[in-house]
Amino acid sequence: MLLGPDDLAIVALSLKVSGVAMAVALPLAFALAYLLARGRFPGKALVDAIVHLPLVLPPVVTGWLLLLAFGRNGPVGGWLESQFGISVMFRWTGAAIAAAIMALPLMVRAIRLSIESVDRRLEGAARTLGAGPWRTFATITLPLSMPGVLAGLVLGFARSIGEFGATITFVSNIPGETRTLPIAIYSALQIPGNDGTVFRLASIAVALSLVALILSEWLARRGTDHKDRHVL
Amino acid sequence: MSFDVAIARTLGTTRIDIAFTVEDGLTVLFGPSGVGKTSVLNMIAGLLKPDQGHIRVAGTTLFDAAARIDIPPEQRRIGYVFQDGRLFPHRRVRANLLYGHRRATPDGNALAFGDVVAFLGIAHLLDRWPRALSGGEIQRVAIGRALLSGARTLLMDEPLSSLDRARREDVMTVILRLRDELNMPILYVTHDPAEADRLATRRILLHPA
Repeated sequence: MLLGPDDLAIVALSLKVSGVAMAVALPLAFALAYLLARGRFPGKALVDAIVHLPLVLPPVVTGWLLLLAFGRNGPVGGWLESQFGISVMFRWTGAAIAAAIMALPLMVRAIRLSIESVDRRLEGAARTLGAGPWRTFATITLPLSMPGVLAGLVLGFARSIGEFGATITFVSNIPGETRTLPIAIYSALQIPGNDGTVFRLASIAVALSLVALILSEWLARRGTDHKDRHVL
Repeated sequence: MSFDVAIARTLGTTRIDIAFTVEDGLTVLFGPSGVGKTSVLNMIAGLLKPDQGHIRVAGTTLFDAAARIDIPPEQRRIGYVFQDGRLFPHRRVRANLLYGHRRATPDGNALAFGDVVAFLGIAHLLDRWPRALSGGEIQRVAIGRALLSGARTLLMDEPLSSLDRARREDVMTVILRLRDELNMPILYVTHDPAEADRLATRRILLHPA
């Protein structure tokens, strides 16, 4: 099985879209996870529900909502247009936004669990040793929750590589711009006699997903017994 | 005056209301479990806020409800040795010891790394992970970590309770030397009378309120 230049361009586009999606989603996911794990504020249940919405909503609906928000007359799209003269409609940047939104709930869940498992008494010990809240966060909370952060990142990346429904609804199916791996497979399936292309692209998708799953499983396991693993 | 404490705090159904002033030496806070001994230490360390009262340690006011003074724990310069050691699991012994050391303000009291390591006999443990230490070793490292953070006084919360007899003796000797050789004012919580007899310069009995 040989990959042609077209196949490689599709994979490259998918990696670019997912890479940018993760760069945007990770800080957001961490902030939300921290807020949900540690924060006590009115409306927390609502924030929790909204974050998880893309997980249960039909992706087509998420895509349509993005269309409304980022369209020329939408609240976010109109602002981007007037302030910076940019539009994400039918662009790969729009595909990255869709991928980020769809991956966010998975990432928040993984990171939140690992933040909740950090022993807060260790943070108290750090404070008595002269570390302020920020240093305590950077030297205790963050490193101890790192396995969950990495697992969340890998899961989110795999999810965004596979993102289809919201993306095709939001930014359509434009070769070289928004035609990511799953959308390219779908397009190839529409034309008879394209079995070779479908097979090649599907194989790549299986390989990428498998690697991501194994990696996240490994990271999660390393997290639960990382104290043992660090012994010598 | 090393410790001048008068604090009150309600935690659930427990009411803590205690006042004492003590000079240097090792003062044992003594009393049945559930009376709030650990909470008293947490309030002095700044990890728990009293509802009212004041805390002065070594002449510095750390908390005063009336004057709205509440110094954050990282500025109190009070070493705290916890019951379970509470070493950082993701750092080796050396990094645990040095955690508070770099920020410690050098003054007459500041102890050097090599001196503390020799004093506690933990030189052979420096490259180990906390997970690979015995209970007695954990407590000696925890004491070292507190000393190196530039602490002027020490709080100790049943540091021997999780140790077997031999390790107990070991750590007890270290604590006596802290008291007598380093002249470190220590506030020490225990409910074991034998331990109190061995270590206490004086003792304060906490009653259920």
